[in-house]
Amino acid sequence: MELLQVENLSIELLPGKYQQAGRLLVKPVSFSIRAGEILALVGESGSGKSLTSLALMRLLPEALAIRSGRVQLAGTDVFNLTEAQMNSVRGRMAAMVFQEPQSSLNPVQTIEQQIGEVLRLHKGLSGAALREKIISLLHEVGINDAEQRLGWYPHQLSGGQKQRVVIAIALACEPQLLIADEPTTALDVTIQKQILELLNELRRKRQLAVLLITHDMGVVAQMADRVAVMRYGEIVEQAVASEFFAAPKHEYSRALIHSLPDRRHFLSAPAQSEPLLQLKDVRVWFAQRKGILQRVVGHTKAVDGISLSIGRGETLALVGESGSGKSTAGRAILSLEPLAGGELYFAGERIDQLSQRQFLPLRKRIQVIFQDPFSSMNPRMNVRDILAEGMIALKVEPDAEKREQRLQALLQRVGLEVAHLDRFPHEFSGGQRQRLAIARAIAVEPELIICDEPTSALDVSIRGQVLQLLQELQQEMGLSYLFITHDLSIIPHLAHRVAVMKDGVIVEQGDTEQIMTAPQHDYTRSLLASVPVSPV
Amino acid sequence: MNELTSVMNELLSIKPVVLWSDVLIYILVASLGLFFYQLSKNPLARQRWRTVFHSRAGVASFIVILFYLLIALLDSLHYRAPLEKTEGSDEVHYSQEVHSVLDVVLTELRNKDEKTYSAPFAIYSFAKENMQTDDGVVYRDFPRLANAGQHLADEADHGKDVFVRSMKALLVAAFISAVILGLHIAWRQRQQRQQCSRGLTTQQTLPWGTIYLTLSLLVLACCWVLELSKVYHILGTDKVGQDVLYWSIKAIRTGVLIGTLATLLTLPLAIVLGISAGYFKGWVDDVVQYIYTTLSSIPGILLIAASVLLIDVYIETHPEQFNLVAVRADFKFLALCFILGMTSWTGLCRLLRAETLKVSQLDYVQAAHAFGVGHNRIIYRHILPNITHIILIALVLDFSVFVLAEAVLSYIGVGVDPSMASWGNMINEARSELSRDPVVWWSVAAAFVLMFVLVLAANLFSDRVRDAFDPRSA
Repeated sequence: MELLQVENLSIELLPGKYQQAGRLLVKPVSFSIRAGEILALVGESGSGKSLTSLALMRLLPEALAIRSGRVQLAGTDVFNLTEAQMNSVRGRMAAMVFQEPQSSLNPVQTIEQQIGEVLRLHKGLSGAALREKIISLLHEVGINDAEQRLGWYPHQLSGGQKQRVVIAIALACEPQLLIADEPTTALDVTIQKQILELLNELRRKRQLAVLLITHDMGVVAQMADRVAVMRYGEIVEQAVASEFFAAPKHEYSRALIHSLPDRRHFLSAPAQSEPLLQLKDVRVWFAQRKGILQRVVGHTKAVDGISLSIGRGETLALVGESGSGKSTAGRAILSLEPLAGGELYFAGERIDQLSQRQFLPLRKRIQVIFQDPFSSMNPRMNVRDILAEGMIALKVEPDAEKREQRLQALLQRVGLEVAHLDRFPHEFSGGQRQRLAIARAIAVEPELIICDEPTSALDVSIRGQVLQLLQELQQEMGLSYLFITHDLSIIPHLAHRVAVMKDGVIVEQGDTEQIMTAPQHDYTRSLLASVPVSPV
Repeated sequence: MNELTSVMNELLSIKPVVLWSDVLIYILVASLGLFFYQLSKNPLARQRWRTVFHSRAGVASFIVILFYLLIALLDSLHYRAPLEKTEGSDEVHYSQEVHSVLDVVLTELRNKDEKTYSAPFAIYSFAKENMQTDDGVVYRDFPRLANAGQHLADEADHGKDVFVRSMKALLVAAFISAVILGLHIAWRQRQQRQQCSRGLTTQQTLPWGTIYLTLSLLVLACCWVLELSKVYHILGTDKVGQDVLYWSIKAIRTGVLIGTLATLLTLPLAIVLGISAGYFKGWVDDVVQYIYTTLSSIPGILLIAASVLLIDVYIETHPEQFNLVAVRADFKFLALCFILGMTSWTGLCRLLRAETLKVSQLDYVQAAHAFGVGHNRIIYRHILPNITHIILIALVLDFSVFVLAEAVLSYIGVGVDPSMASWGNMINEARSELSRDPVVWWSVAAAFVLMFVLVLAANLFSDRVRDAFDPRSA
């Protein structure tokens, strides 16, 4: 018996201020989920997978409308219900878990109030019975000391615990269908693993039907019974998971599966020369100030004594979860944060005590690429000005005509066109913008580039292309990279050496092959174990 | 020919007077022109502004604002007329009164004083008077007005006369609009043909229908006012018998100037302090925050009243610098604008500080730091362009706030000089007028309507500007 049956559902962007005719965002899609089954809806950003899930709950934003189709949930036609009836379906029969636990919870209410709200509304529970139910729910989603945490506010919980509370709220009224929209994308890998295990366990225990929306093929491989691949608003392939991974039919599915990085081939380290960049016991502390006089009462030790070195033409991956201090370390090397202690050497010279003016010559030699391609470029400047800014500031190419030629060559090198020079950043896609960011960094011919999660905001298929570009540039220009990332899966064919960071210190570093195959530290091992494994 | 030379002589004999506020209006108009000239060079900004002018409300309110600005400009071309030569002296003396070009246009309105109040379109005075019949009997009744409805042979024709004259005004207005619009439409068609023949596709055009309608309505309003004001007081007269319409039109210059000047004065302080606080943080931020918190914890009215008193004292003790009434009033007015500006920059400063804090944390600013770009350049290239939308929105919103503030300040007696026409002064006088029975409502109504149209136009326009410049919608 199918619990959820979707037939020919299509969603339209209504004609509005900026366009005359309506536009189909989701072309007729059909799929179904049985009780106790996980269907993974896979696709890249903009493919319409989240819209489909919102349409099931009739929660589409105002500018969008359901054009056609039928949705049957446990025998009732969802589109025939009144809004009041629909409210009892939401929560009681189908519930949702969103990507960002931070914004799904109300920051000014305790978790008891938030879970209790759903139970009071749909179940009419109150008093001791309510409290008991909440505690048992919290136990079920794996929160320890549930009795003590009832009065806690969301900010007192960690990201993983928050997502557990969100799941508890979703499960409170014993729904039969759970829609999980990228439930682990905002979480660290070790937490991701725990949450996925929790979801798996819950659906077995409760015979839940789960619609799992994700872009991460690793998660799909680990979780799904069946897979539906979505692209440009269409489902291009639907299959049982084992068959899907063994013999994907559609070309796009194959591309998605192959975007899972190969973990068996490692880069061999280049011949060791003298280190280009060397950190010795580097510390970055942020002062905590209190009172009217802003006295320093303590320090947040973001980076607390790390030592590492990068040779010429070498890539060092600095791996860690959010809050481990890896980005701060990168900013300290760029002299964007003052050091609290330790020594920094670049090409044999000590650089941590230089003034901003004295550091200026080094700005040409050390460059940076940021994570978010949307905020890393000034939206009010055109590409020419963006790329030329560093060249002018660092006096790399003072001659306007030659500079123009350089800019054109640069754009072509990173795979863009000369005509793009006069465009503005908002006219480019995420991947193209990241290419622009790379072009901007290499415009001043640096020796070291600090890549701060340059691919984590990108779709998988584009991620591979950007990484490829970075590697080509490394070979052509002999660049060194400090590659800051939380994503272990891209490391094998990218980095020569790896340093694993946790709570401001480096717990382990060594050659990539050694770290990936024979990790010494417990933390490294748990990190590696959490990475969803490619079935291929 | 003789007439022409006499007119020329008269023109040559006048003595132009340039007040400080006139200079500021000239600069304002010139910078507006310069702004549009600059716009034609910057494609992104032009695109944004095009969306403003492509909306009906945007373009209509812009035309209304331009009309107000035109009146203010006409009213800022001041001169002193020569007096009749006294016998035995060759020296030319000039009148103590300063007039403007607008006064020449509205001569009909200016020189038709009555004794006291009269209602709109009335031909009788509002107050009874002792009068004598031909045979010497004294009686008390409403006298006929000296300058309204004198041409009427029969008083019963009053309503009919108003109607006939309105129709006449309508015809004239229709004719003028038809000529202007006809010429323009013909010109547009020729342009289009030329573009077509060059194979250019016609771009999305301005909402010409709305533009034509707004222009026609303005022409109609002008014709009607000029035609009927010849023989009536359209909006009645005030306590000393002056035409209310004339004074409310004169007040436009005051309103427009106080709105723009005070706003422009707040900008440099708010921008410089707000950006430095948000960008440099640390002690700069502390100092700026300290200043604006202190300033905004003192009631604004109190500060303004105290400063106005200071200015009054200065004028009293330096009479030699203020030889004309108009110069004195102008000085007081500019001082008021300055004080308003100095006391109202805190709100915008706060907004800009917060936005700068946000923008300066973005990656592109960090990237610029990594390129070793200097602070000045980062602020100018990266921060300022990305907070311009807030400045623009605040600019237009503050404008209407200041126009209204002037009315409030005049009401409590610290506003512009009583000799200067302003809506605030008119509303101030309405205090006693509204308590009379029957009520004298027209001067407060006139001030209200003219102020309302300006503030509404400014608000509608600012709404469009905000829509166009909000990065979220772009």
